[in-house]
Parts: sequence; structure tokens; C-alpha cells
Amino acid sequence: MQYMLIMRDSDEAIEASKDIPFEQIIEAMGKYNEAMMQAGVLIAGEGLTDASEGFVVDFSHETPLITDGPYGETKELFNGFWILEVASREEAAEWASRCPLGPGSKLEVRRVHGVEDFPADNEWIEKEIGWREEQAERRAAQQG
Amino acid sequence: MDDVTARRADSARRAVVAVWRIEAAKIVAVLTRYTGDFALAEDLAQEALAEALEQWPERGLPRNGAAWLTQVGKRRAVDHWRRQERYADRIAALGHDLEREQDAAADAVPWDPDEIADDVLRLVFTACHPALPQQARVALTLRVVGGLETAEIARAFLVPVATIQQRIVRAKQALADAGVPFETPSRAERPARIAAVLGVLYLIFTEGHAATEGDDWMRPDLALEALRLARILAALQPDEPEVHGLLALLELTAARFPARVDAQGAPVLLADQDRRRWDRGAIRRGRAALRRAEGFGRGLGAYGLQAAIAECHAVAPSVEATDWRRIVAAYEGLERLRPSPVVALNRAVALSMADGPDAGPAAALAIVDGLAGERALAASHLLPSVRGELLARLGRDAEAAGAFALAAERTRNARERAVLLARAASPRR
Repeated sequence: MQYMLIMRDSDEAIEASKDIPFEQIIEAMGKYNEAMMQAGVLIAGEGLTDASEGFVVDFSHETPLITDGPYGETKELFNGFWILEVASREEAAEWASRCPLGPGSKLEVRRVHGVEDFPADNEWIEKEIGWREEQAERRAAQQG
Repeated sequence: MDDVTARRADSARRAVVAVWRIEAAKIVAVLTRYTGDFALAEDLAQEALAEALEQWPERGLPRNGAAWLTQVGKRRAVDHWRRQERYADRIAALGHDLEREQDAAADAVPWDPDEIADDVLRLVFTACHPALPQQARVALTLRVVGGLETAEIARAFLVPVATIQQRIVRAKQALADAGVPFETPSRAERPARIAAVLGVLYLIFTEGHAATEGDDWMRPDLALEALRLARILAALQPDEPEVHGLLALLELTAARFPARVDAQGAPVLLADQDRRRWDRGAIRRGRAALRRAEGFGRGLGAYGLQAAIAECHAVAPSVEATDWRRIVAAYEGLERLRPSPVVALNRAVALSMADGPDAGPAAALAIVDGLAGERALAASHLLPSVRGELLARLGRDAEAAGAFALAAERTRNARERAVLLARAASPRR
């Protein structure tokens, strides 16, 4: 299963990071990424540039409304993400808690959709789910 | 135990297993370096895991699981030597070191960051050592490099737990008997040893994606495990083109998993797959690995060539729009590297697609009939199933039905048999 780790930084975290030498941040993140690569779990990941280079497209109006960043009312900003392929939720949690982030930063961890998640009202998908359950039961039976 | 307690215990157990999966290889490697004895180190690591499974769910996870597990392993090593009443002076020194280490930092990384990657690589080469039978290499690799539990390995291979335990015990004994050192192979040995490692990963993968026996057409967990191991190897051995070739092959093959079974769990052949279900992310990663393999400029190896073939399928919008010429060329390359009737058979299939609706199947049938005497294919369902397909395309229905029926008789996979029987009843689909 795949999980996305979404980095969310508050203004205070971004301010605080300015006191830490850039080299130091790069090195810590580099080591973290390398560890995940060497463990064979890192599928994708990118860091995002400053929000001032970004913008928001709002669909609340008749025509989409574009607002330049940074976006005043937002308390937290997405600053990057990783996608990991792991065996369990716990493994995703373990990797997430190793991320070199400080106070004011959060990682939101979300599971990425797999085939099993497509709408269950689709007949094809329903059957596939049934089949997978059957397989799981058979395995369990073989085990015990 | 009530539900909440049970669920909490289960979650704690999974957390231990998660840490183990991440750290097992490094812990075994570091304990091997510490004790100078791979078999002993593996035992100690398993003891440490057992202790963690007992203690962590009750006391909570330690801040640094890897350090905790390594410490327990080292302490058990000292206990072991004490029981043996050997190395008296060494024990005293080690015991002293151990206490100092514990005091120093429970948070510190329990190994030298500059050395650990090389140690894990040594571990990979040890687990895949040619002194071991293939099955033992697979079991040992999954356990010491992959950090899988014996029960998980047994389940994946549909064998009793005792069988896997025995394979691992015998494998460790065989390595000790052969006096296999904990080393990366010499330059002269290297190509053969790398090939052995790649062979083990490929075997784990294929076992996962096409079960040779039983009802499961796919056991995707094992295939994903092989992929993870291939990524680990690519990180440890970035200078070996074929490592990237294998990784590319596995990614590009796994990309098709979502489309490989139908609603009833029956296999869907490549031609009939819904290509929209293919995993675009895996295709992207596979192609990137293939470009890396090609980037060395030394030509592709056997895995790289198979990856190139998989890439032709992955980028094609349909069977008809596939670059079959390029696939034929890749199979020709593969035949030069590793001549085999199976490869020749595959080249025939590609040729049947490349050369037009009549000339293609006719040319292919000539190759296929030429392979009829091959002993390697005598008991396989592959030859008659390909023959059936070609005959059907040439409109020779009665002969095609006979070939499909023979293929159905020969396959050991129940779901595959159902597909072949359906073709025997209605050869042209």
C-alpha cells in the first residue's frame, strides 16, 4: 500500500527554520530521503518552493478565481510531499515520525488509492473485492 | 481480552513488525560484524525481535527501536559466549563496551553510517551465496534482508512454517560449513555473484506474480517485496546496469497487475487487458530505471532486454499499435545472450504480430513447430497454447482446439486451465 506524507508548516515553523543554516536542513532531509531510498520504500517526493511563487484557484464562483500566494487566511502551508510504498499503516507511521521536522511542522499521512478503493457500486469492482476476500480467507485457512 | 485491548495489542505488534522490516538487514549485518558469525548473528537478531514482540506492546515503543534491538542482540551475544565459556577476555572487553555504549546514547544510530550500506550489501551477497540451493537463498534473503517473519514467508510460498525454518537452519549451516566470509565478492567473482542475487530477486517476484501451483493466480505481496528488495539493491549497487535492468523489468511488469485478473479472479491476457488500469506511476519508475540501465552504454543484459520488451507494451495504446518490430529485436538480443526454447517461442509470438495477419502467424508457426522436439518445452503448456493461438488466427480451428486442450491438460494453475479450456471450446474467441 502507498501512503503520501504531506508536509504542513505553520508560519512560526517557517520563521524558525530561517535561523537554521540551510546546509544543515538540506543535510538532514538528504539523510532522511537516502534512508528511505535505501530501504526501497520511496516512490516519489518533491519539495515545494515558497508560497509567494504559488497561487490558488478558487472554484466557488462562476469563473475560477485566481489569488496569488501567500494566502493570508491559511494557517498552514503544504511545503512538500513523499509517497512511500510500505506493508502497513504502522510502517508509514514509523517513517513519518523519523522525518527531521521541528515544532510548528506537521506531516499529514494519507493512503493513496488502490484498485480496491474504486466505487463499490461498480459491479466489476464489487466482484474483485469479493475475490480478494476469498483469497484472504483461503490464506488464513492455510495458515491455521 | 476485550476488543479495544486486543486491537491495541495487534496495532503494537504491527508497529514492532514495521520497525523490524525497516531495520532487520542492518541489525543482522551489524551483529554479523560484531560476532564475526553470520549464523549466530541471525539467531541473535531473531531473539531480539522476539523480545521486542514481548516487551514493546506492554511498555510502549522505545524512542530508538534500532538501537534497542541491536543492544539486545549484542547482550545476547555476550550471554552466548559466556555459556560457551570461551573468549573470556573478549567477553570482559565487550561487556564493558556494551555498558559504555548504553550509557552514551540510547538515541544514537547503533551503527557506523559510512559502513552500514556496505555491510547490508555483504549480507545480500551472503544470503544469495552460490553454496546454497535456490530455495534456501530465497528464504534467507526474505528473512534477513527483507525482514519478513518465517510465517509470512511460509504463507507466501504455501508451505508449512517448519519447512521454511528448516531451509533457513540448513542454509546457515551450509554457509558455516563452506566457510563463507562476510565479504563483498572479488572483482573476478563479481559478475556471477551479482547475477545470483538478481536471480533470487527475480524468482521471488515471479513466484509472486504467477503462482506455479494452486489457485492463486497472483500473490502480489511477494512481488512487491521483490520490488522493494530490487530498489534496495539499486541504492546499494548503483553502478551495476543489470540491477537497474531488473528493477525496470519488475516495475514495468508490476504496472500491469491491476489489469491482470478479471472480476472472477481469472487471468486476463495482455491482449485483453484494460490498459487504463495499468499503474502509470510504476511505468514511469520502470522507464526511468531502464534509461539508467541503458545510460551505461554497454548494451542491455537479459533483464534489461526483458524490461525493454515490457516498456514496448507499457507505452502502447493497444496491441495493434505496439512496436512489435522492436520487441522482435529485443527477443533476438535475448536469444543471443541466453538461447532458450522459451525465448524462441516468445520471439515467434512477437513475429506473428509484427508481420501482418497472415504472414506473421505463418512465420511464427514455422518457428513453433521447429521447437516441438525441445525437451525443455515437452511438459509445458506454453508451446501448445501458443500453437493454438497461431492456428486459430490462421483459421485452422480444429487443430487450434486440440492444441488448447493439450495446453489445458499441462498447466498446473487452475485459473489458467479454465482460460485454456474456454479457448479449446471456442478457439477464435
